[in-house]
Amino acid sequence: MLSRQGDLISIGEEEIEALEIGAAILGTGGGGNPYIGKLRALQVLREGRKMRILPLQALPDDAKVVALGGIGAPLISHERIKEGREGLRCIRALEERLGFKIDAIACEEIGGQNAMEPLIVAALADLPVVDCDGMGRAFPEMQMTTYAIYGHRSTPSVMCDLHGNVVIFDHAASELWHERLARACVIAQGGASTLASAPMPGVFVKRFAIPDSYTKAISLGRTVREAQSQNKDPVEAICNFENGQLVFTGKISDVKRELKGGFVAGEAAIDGFDDFDGDLGSILIQNENLVFSRNGRTEVIVPDLIVILDIDTGEAITTEMLRYGQRISVLALPCHPLLRTPEALKVVGPPGFGLGHLNYLSLEEAGDQQDSAKKGARQ
Amino acid sequence: MYRLGIDVGGTNTDAVIMRDREVLAGFKAATTQDVTTGVIEALEGAIGKCGVDRAQIDKVMIGTTHFTNAVIERKHINPVAAIRLGLPATACLPPMVDWPAELRTAAGDNGYLVRGGYEFDGREIAPLDEEELDRICDDINVRKTKVASISSVFSPINQEMEKTAREHLLRKCPDLSVVVSSDIGRIGLLERESAAIMNASLLALSERTVDAFASALESAGLNCAFFITQNDGTLMGAEMVKRFPVLTFASGPTNSMRGAAFLTGERDGIVVDIGGTTTDVGALQHGFPRQAATVVDIGGVRTNFRMPDVFSLGLGGGSLVRRSDDGEVTVGPQSVGFRITSEARVFGGDTLTATDVAVARGEADVGDGSRVTDLDPDTIEKAREAITMMLQRAVERSRISPEPIPVIAVGGGSILMPEKLADLDVVRPENFAVANAVGAAIAQISGEVDRIYSLENGLTRETCLKQAEEEATKKAVASGASPETIETIEREDVPLAYLPGNATRIHVKVVGEMGGSDAVAAG
Repeated sequence: MLSRQGDLISIGEEEIEALEIGAAILGTGGGGNPYIGKLRALQVLREGRKMRILPLQALPDDAKVVALGGIGAPLISHERIKEGREGLRCIRALEERLGFKIDAIACEEIGGQNAMEPLIVAALADLPVVDCDGMGRAFPEMQMTTYAIYGHRSTPSVMCDLHGNVVIFDHAASELWHERLARACVIAQGGASTLASAPMPGVFVKRFAIPDSYTKAISLGRTVREAQSQNKDPVEAICNFENGQLVFTGKISDVKRELKGGFVAGEAAIDGFDDFDGDLGSILIQNENLVFSRNGRTEVIVPDLIVILDIDTGEAITTEMLRYGQRISVLALPCHPLLRTPEALKVVGPPGFGLGHLNYLSLEEAGDQQDSAKKGARQ
Repeated sequence: MYRLGIDVGGTNTDAVIMRDREVLAGFKAATTQDVTTGVIEALEGAIGKCGVDRAQIDKVMIGTTHFTNAVIERKHINPVAAIRLGLPATACLPPMVDWPAELRTAAGDNGYLVRGGYEFDGREIAPLDEEELDRICDDINVRKTKVASISSVFSPINQEMEKTAREHLLRKCPDLSVVVSSDIGRIGLLERESAAIMNASLLALSERTVDAFASALESAGLNCAFFITQNDGTLMGAEMVKRFPVLTFASGPTNSMRGAAFLTGERDGIVVDIGGTTTDVGALQHGFPRQAATVVDIGGVRTNFRMPDVFSLGLGGGSLVRRSDDGEVTVGPQSVGFRITSEARVFGGDTLTATDVAVARGEADVGDGSRVTDLDPDTIEKAREAITMMLQRAVERSRISPEPIPVIAVGGGSILMPEKLADLDVVRPENFAVANAVGAAIAQISGEVDRIYSLENGLTRETCLKQAEEEATKKAVASGASPETIETIEREDVPLAYLPGNATRIHVKVVGEMGGSDAVAAG
């Protein structure tokens, strides 16, 4: 059904190298390092498999699309590397449970490690990957996708590990229950597994997925590589590309971290320099970068993207790597409008992270308010 | 009693003679192809300069970049049987998958995957497949491979399976040299495995090199024990280096930073080593270089060695100073390098270098100062400003706390360093040119633990840190440290994201004086 070759974009080694960089930036501090995933993707390509991206609008309405990704602790996948066919077994088990074949794979999370898994599985299954994802960035939990937010029930789902265990979650009473059950199962399976969710119809994906995620992440990575090779400022290149703003440059003056129910929470303090000399920046962290404040005033709030980059190389710095003395640029990139609706904000806005006391104000609104505040001050 | 410190670099071999905290003499010689000749020239030079009785030298410490250079130049690398225990995990990425092709070929490109390994909580992924090990032994015997490496998934948590596999191999291949990854690296399978394979591939070279050191010392009439410094600034016995040459990687910058700490008596500070073309900047914590948190690339291979976190910038005494049409002045990264003594203005050349700027401003007295009196004052001032900014940024980057710590300037190009960098005072030790050899001479012994702990069943973070500390101490004492001098110099825990059960990664390092030593800790 999806054999219209004209629509498909072929992915090769250069695209994978670029995707590694783009996915790390869109990881907004979390999502794990895509390096191992990149190596796996390159191996699959070298075996002669085809990696193909299907533009979202070319997806037939009645196509059956399965979103999948890794679940667990990113650090574990750097030591206990996957067997390699976990995702393929998920797809096969899901097809058997449902009694029909699926047509395409979708990505849950374009930010971090999970950008690579759908490409690898799709290449092994000889299926295309739809050019979309459920987050447009990284989030820590499964129910935080636009798929779940806009009504897709992700069970029956299948979780596979490297031992050959196949666990089917036949029915979860809610998306939150699914997350809870899956999280418990992943520990038993050794801390890092692959999960494929119930298929979505093409028409739903076209309406509710974050569009163009792969092509965008790859172009973003290319932009950084080109800027680096031409000795241009990669930070500026990213801002221009993503329609983002450079909200702060400075040096990290303190990092606090603590564990909260399996998630790392903390705060990084930044002393401003250059254009931001004298300002104090702060970033609230919960696996990902959640809130940026300047001089105590909140300026950027999740789900808008807060990206921390090494000021010289333009490389993304994950929350685990933050430490005193790093010279960083903080970028704010607008999230997709699908993450800004009232129903989305309940899940991926401040209340979804226990920050109910903060009101979400989009980047653009915050900018307007500041402009009018400045005007007011001048008058 | 005296100590002899030797630094065998790519270009120079330096030697110093020390009595307690006092540097009696230093000598620079050229590094030679055979290593031995250069070492003898340097140590004879140093002994001759201060006239000590060589029978009174009771310890020799050597720092060397020999093994790092072998990997970078792809020379003296032997084929390795690279065995990984972990199937069914890791099947998708074979050993050496991310190595540059020519290095992989040099190391034999011969990986084996075997059932075995551990989960993060210590469960077995699979029981060790001993039958498969038998088949590998047959293959090793057929190929006449002389060295093997074994890396098991999560071996930093449990070494048992790697050890069992090694015993198994040695029963069938008694002449094989076997390296296990848990002896070398920490969590991060590919990086640790790559280090183990590189180590195995260098075993023959390390045997030859250590023997060359031994014969150089012997022919100089020095019959005392000798030690070699590893990348964290602590010592290994010569026999250990034969087994673990990779642990000497990056000992050069470490020795220079440790030497700087010793010469100034500072335990916390930023060391700036300014050469002719580049400047290395690193932070000292408790007298030791702060370690890099990220992976370190050696000859194109990602490794997770304990390496000093050194930031290099393209600024040195020979850096070119240029003025653009719009009046902007830039310094470096291009440099006249070792040709400075003929090309810089003060040395009779016509290239404007950073050294000329320092001389023109009266901050340094080298060469012929009259040759820079006619320079454009605006260019000089702007160049000075640019140099200061570059140094200031590099130092800020390496600062680990807002405390006002000193900046320690070493290296031939340290005339470029101003008296103060922003709010920090600058210290210039004597004998800065042989800081590397001094760093080797004062090295200590360490023990380290890096592991994931599950904070459950009443196990607290504090208990785990204490357990880790005790284990690290045992390791240090086993390596020769005297127990009463042991102190903890690194102690950190990083909670693991996305996992309930409060798993946390704990990293502890302790150091102590070499047993029976009269060495004094820096500071």
